[in-house]
Amino acid sequence: MSLSWQPSCSLELIQLRAKLLHEIRAYFYVNKVLEVETPLLCQSVGTDPYLEYFTSRYSISRQDYYLQSSPEFAMKRLLAASTGSIYQITKAFRNGESGRYHNPEFTMLEWYRVGFDLQQLMGDVEDLLSPLLTAECFSGKAECIAYVDVFKKYTGLNALQFDAAEYQACAERLGFPEAARLCALNHALWLDFLFSHVVQQHLGQSRLCMVFDYPVCLPSLARLKSDDARVVERVELFIQGIEIGNGFFELADVNEQIRRFDQDIMDRKNNGAVKIDKDERFLAALQSGLPDCSGIAIGIDRLLMIISQKSAIDEVLAFTIENA
Amino acid sequence: MANYSTSEFKAGMKIMLDSDPCAIIENEFVKPGKGQAFNRVKIRNLKNGRVIERTFKSGESVEAADVVDIDMQYLYHDGEFFHFMQLESFDQFQADENAVGDAKLWLKDQAMCIVTLWNNAPISITPPNFVELEVSDTDPGLKGDTSGGGGKPATLETGAVVRVPLFIQIGELLKIDTRTGEYVSRAKA
Repeated sequence: MSLSWQPSCSLELIQLRAKLLHEIRAYFYVNKVLEVETPLLCQSVGTDPYLEYFTSRYSISRQDYYLQSSPEFAMKRLLAASTGSIYQITKAFRNGESGRYHNPEFTMLEWYRVGFDLQQLMGDVEDLLSPLLTAECFSGKAECIAYVDVFKKYTGLNALQFDAAEYQACAERLGFPEAARLCALNHALWLDFLFSHVVQQHLGQSRLCMVFDYPVCLPSLARLKSDDARVVERVELFIQGIEIGNGFFELADVNEQIRRFDQDIMDRKNNGAVKIDKDERFLAALQSGLPDCSGIAIGIDRLLMIISQKSAIDEVLAFTIENA
Repeated sequence: MANYSTSEFKAGMKIMLDSDPCAIIENEFVKPGKGQAFNRVKIRNLKNGRVIERTFKSGESVEAADVVDIDMQYLYHDGEFFHFMQLESFDQFQADENAVGDAKLWLKDQAMCIVTLWNNAPISITPPNFVELEVSDTDPGLKGDTSGGGGKPATLETGAVVRVPLFIQIGELLKIDTRTGEYVSRAKA
């Protein structure tokens, strides 16, 4: 038996990908957002509690480098060096993530708009994506809904106030008796479980849906909302129940960033994940000053799935990890 | 017994769940943005055939179930147990009513079946997709009616009752699809 060498997607999809990348670049060119490149191999990487990384050894320094899980820190170093608004289309790597919507190596579009707040960024996202969603199933303007409201709508629960008994009763009523064991008393985990199992599938059925104002226990790298300390300025994008993007009004306070890194590092330790050190170069850039900006990352492969109405990521990749 | 991590999950894998042996039908990787990854798994309980969905945290380990499917010949029913034999080894196994379930409607002496063993004891029997069984009773008459419509019940030698065309007579050998319990055709004798 010979090994399969053919691409897993069709020629049509290879062409559609090229067209999509061209349209994205054209949008940012017109809007005067600068295209940049940052390294895939870096000495540091994000501290996300739930990410696994790839590493590779650099023979000269005999040091392990990380294949980047996101270009975020490097791009913020550029922003701190006064590049103005920037975007990048790059590969990102996340070990162990493989499935219908995941390939451990994937293509990411990430951009930052200097001087934009989250609302303005959401407008930018809609301007970019609306012309791309031409399939018949899409119609109308994007739907923007606060996390608390959409969570309440599908679970009946208050996302900002954790009540273990109420959350558990809700999960049981909805057919997820295992949630209590998995999530225990971890509010953030409960939110992730219920959102991904109950809420997400309803979002963006016929249009882009943007969920904003995330509960403060799911902060990632978003700023606290200035007039409501219970939420952070984070947005996630959904189309046809698929999560395609995650953005923030970017945290610029270096001390708060260090605090979140420390929290992540502690969470990683508790999860038994590999130890990751803080990216000191990134922290030094924040210290020197990150301009107020909002930024977002969009998964290009998933966006292609949606544009072409394919049901699995394999159908839009030339070669998946199994066939790479 | 060994353990499987969620990252090894794939269709066909046998695991223990709520103290019952189960087979994985489908495994979906679910990852909320920046959050804990989960595996949403569709599972068939091998004892009662019921299909359920269950979520695991990615990276969790689950006990493997010692389950194997073996071709065996059906020997006889002793009133309480159904007896099967593995032809190569002559090993014999007895299965109770629970394990045999609806398969008993299609079991004829010497028929080859798939016997699913859990910890070396039968938990389910899968008859061949098609079996040939003799009609032991059906309403006579109506001979010569070959129209497709209507039909009538016929009792087969195993006790199963199936709908057959009106022209079928007692003593005829019929081909039956055991997955649907439907008459397919007369068997060529």
